[in-house]
Amino acid sequence: MVSGKVEYTILKDEVAIPYELAMGPTWTRFFEGLKEEKIYATRCPRCNRVLVPARSYCPRCFVETDQWLEVSQEGTIVCWALTEYEYFAIPVKPPYIGALIKLDGTDTNFLHLIGGIDLSDPEYVRKTVKNGMKVKAVWNTEKKGTIMDIKYFEPVR
Amino acid sequence: MGRPVAIIGVGQTRHGRRFDVSYPELVKEAVDALFDTTGIGPDDVDGVVSGTMPSMMEGVALTHFYFADVLRSVGKPIMKTETCGSTGASLAITGYYWVASGMADLVLVVGSEKMNEGDSQATMTTVLEPFYQRYFIAGAPGIFSMQSQEWSVRFGIPEDKIRAAATRLTIDHHSDAFDNPYAHIKKKLTEEEVNNARIITYPVRLWDVCPNSDGACAVLFASEDKVKQMGRKPAWIRGVGYSGEEYWFGDSDKVVWQSAIQASREAYRMAGVTNPIEDLDVAEVYNPFTFQELLFYECFGFCDFGKACDETLKGTFARDGKLPCDPSGGTLCTNPIGATGLIRVSEAALQVTGQAGDHQIPGAKLAFAHAMGGVDQYNAVLILGSEL
Repeated sequence: MVSGKVEYTILKDEVAIPYELAMGPTWTRFFEGLKEEKIYATRCPRCNRVLVPARSYCPRCFVETDQWLEVSQEGTIVCWALTEYEYFAIPVKPPYIGALIKLDGTDTNFLHLIGGIDLSDPEYVRKTVKNGMKVKAVWNTEKKGTIMDIKYFEPVR
Repeated sequence: MGRPVAIIGVGQTRHGRRFDVSYPELVKEAVDALFDTTGIGPDDVDGVVSGTMPSMMEGVALTHFYFADVLRSVGKPIMKTETCGSTGASLAITGYYWVASGMADLVLVVGSEKMNEGDSQATMTTVLEPFYQRYFIAGAPGIFSMQSQEWSVRFGIPEDKIRAAATRLTIDHHSDAFDNPYAHIKKKLTEEEVNNARIITYPVRLWDVCPNSDGACAVLFASEDKVKQMGRKPAWIRGVGYSGEEYWFGDSDKVVWQSAIQASREAYRMAGVTNPIEDLDVAEVYNPFTFQELLFYECFGFCDFGKACDETLKGTFARDGKLPCDPSGGTLCTNPIGATGLIRVSEAALQVTGQAGDHQIPGAKLAFAHAMGGVDQYNAVLILGSEL
């Protein structure tokens, strides 16, 4: 055998598989709501929590949650992160702020983007975006029935 | 409670960028190391447990089948356990259950990953739910940054204090890694270098983040009879805890983090640990991010909430401190994900049997091992002791 540092061959491989993911009745109804600029939640009949996005059962009480309600499009920032790195297969392009938002009157945190501010300077973003800050949904004009029908949440001025 | 179970041997590969071997060859390296150091052969093994991160990591599905030959599993039962970042700890728990149940006396447990062969952050993105969450929290840094950010604001910890504590941790761990022959990244860092490193996801900087590593780890779990028969020094499994949360990030509190708290408390209860900072001699905390490591100290009761930075800066968790954490350099210096949790368990076993070499904590009798998996969804803790 060869002694010293040996470079072995590398096989270039790729696995690309298309999928068709069934959304089922709950997601379908939730995304139909987004098309009409409404954010829907469901209420758990046992713990009384308002769960957003709407879901068909409570993950803690294990009971059906069939009481639908439209919730506020305003809320407060719980936490946020400015991402400047582009990840493979992610439709949102950097820079962007991912954030958990507590929509008024709900009991779970809603994950979405914070926008409507200049994201080019991290120091500016850090000084501007604060936990507890009031934000409201901004809608895309063209609706596709996806989570991106909400463009982002922007600070309430 | 089942039968007593001990670890009677461990084997690790050299971790790093391992394009010198194929993936099965890498796994074989850990299994060979285990059999070579223990003198135990595959004929004695009753069953095999294997695990990795999601199969997208290396592009081959059912990796336990891919490794069947090098795991010496022909003619034996094989199981796969896969729980994302906590895979290694879940593998250990699977091996523990198998022996504790009385259904096996000697079980080979192997965790592995070759992260450099694919796109690790893309793989982690596929862990996220596809209709809603995957759009916003790509990869690991975004999730952990949000969690740390919420923690710092909720407990009013000044940013400069967190930065100082995180800097201390990464300098210590990368220096400690020199004493661990298997560690991937070993470096003498300066405060200036750490504090000015490039931002990954604000305020997380380059040296706050673990590397992509290739590596494997193999561990033998044995019944009490087998321990006597083999004449190996045992590391007894004294406590096991595993706890989970809802799938969606946002449904549960990741600061006063229930799965981390519960997993540790279950393990403490089983092991009879009442005051972890006093009772434990060493801890191998899963620390892919410095900021998250600080939060873990608090969730595990190593100190009060909001106090991890102060304690870290006092040296409480350093090699010569009250409770040395990650004397191996930890996940921060070496992260072949499917193996990482099992490496924490192996390190704990080496410590309580006095075999940790240059990073041995003198006289360690009770050790803590931990791993976390999913989108902050699961936590696993094992307590290992030199005595049953």
